[in-house]
Amino acid sequence: MDEKVEIIKVGIADMNIVSAPNRIRTSGLGSCVGVVIYDQVKDIAGLVHIMLPDSSLSKAGTMNVAKFADTGVKELVKKLVQIGARPSFLKAKIAGGAQMFQFSNTSDMMRIGPRNVEAVKRELAELKIAIMAEDVGGNSGRTIEFCPKSKILHIRTVNKGTQEW
Amino acid sequence: MGFIRNLSSIHLDILKEIGNIGAGHAATALSKLLNKKIDMQVPHVKIVTFDEMMELSGGADHVVAAVFLRIEGEAPGSMFFVLPPEQATVFIKQMIGDEEFTFDQLAENEIATSALQELGNILSGSYLSSLSDFTGLALYPSVPALSVDMVGAIISYGLIELSQVSDYAIVIDTALNEDDVEISESVRGHFLLLPDPDSFHIIFESLGVRDNG
Repeated sequence: MDEKVEIIKVGIADMNIVSAPNRIRTSGLGSCVGVVIYDQVKDIAGLVHIMLPDSSLSKAGTMNVAKFADTGVKELVKKLVQIGARPSFLKAKIAGGAQMFQFSNTSDMMRIGPRNVEAVKRELAELKIAIMAEDVGGNSGRTIEFCPKSKILHIRTVNKGTQEW
Repeated sequence: MGFIRNLSSIHLDILKEIGNIGAGHAATALSKLLNKKIDMQVPHVKIVTFDEMMELSGGADHVVAAVFLRIEGEAPGSMFFVLPPEQATVFIKQMIGDEEFTFDQLAENEIATSALQELGNILSGSYLSSLSDFTGLALYPSVPALSVDMVGAIISYGLIELSQVSDYAIVIDTALNEDDVEISESVRGHFLLLPDPDSFHIIFESLGVRDNG
């Protein structure tokens, strides 16, 4: 009963790993996508907060792998496997990818939310990880928290409160 | 990240002055609009990580009303006028003359939404036109978009261009508030100007300062 539950926070363009009874959270997802990958049987999970769809967009010398859908998802899976998750038992839940502002001349960059979602799905499909729940698109920011024991993803928005996925 | 490493104290002073001039004009416009004294703080120019950027406006989870516009033209960038709900409510009440207004009604109240959008429009317009006069650069604002949501969700939009080049942002931050109201730091309105990475040397050059000077 007196187990202390710690909440592990993941920043923007960041990733981390959690095991039960602790939970993992990332705040204020807009066009960014939060990808939770967990082992169906073992109570371990990881979360990555992705900003951009493709690492080929990077013009920086040093690259933060957690920023991009292609490199971020791969790296997270690698980290999970390192701590004992089994690739064939991995499942995913994703949230985010909103279009926060509506502009008349929607350039590619303003469509970043949907592009992030597409890229994450492509990457997960390639790694044969099934998506068990997704709350993507729309025009609201989301704060998400995942419990690796119950495998429930709590999604909070400003207008709809907290929902379970 | 190279462009950030090359910044000297002269460059930071120039950016500070840009914040000063831009927000100064915006404060004057706000003061005329509301017929009130408006107090402006000395601008801060900060080099921050994306997470620190969210903390500047109260944390990624914090709910704010923000007007966002893209700056197009010779030195593209993003600009936000961020208001905490308390301050947005005060401004809206004064503009629409309805003392009963509360922030929860914003979504259904078209006049209030429109007033807030127009406020952002006028203020960011005067910020930009003074910046354009000062630098001699042609800068055009996009139509401003209003959103009431979490800081993280809103501000990350202004970081998209930047995030392709760097894990840090240079932000020119100026706080405004009504002069006669005792107000805590968290309820001030903030102007955040985020030039795109390639715009910095254009801005510096327009003012006769070399990039690596």
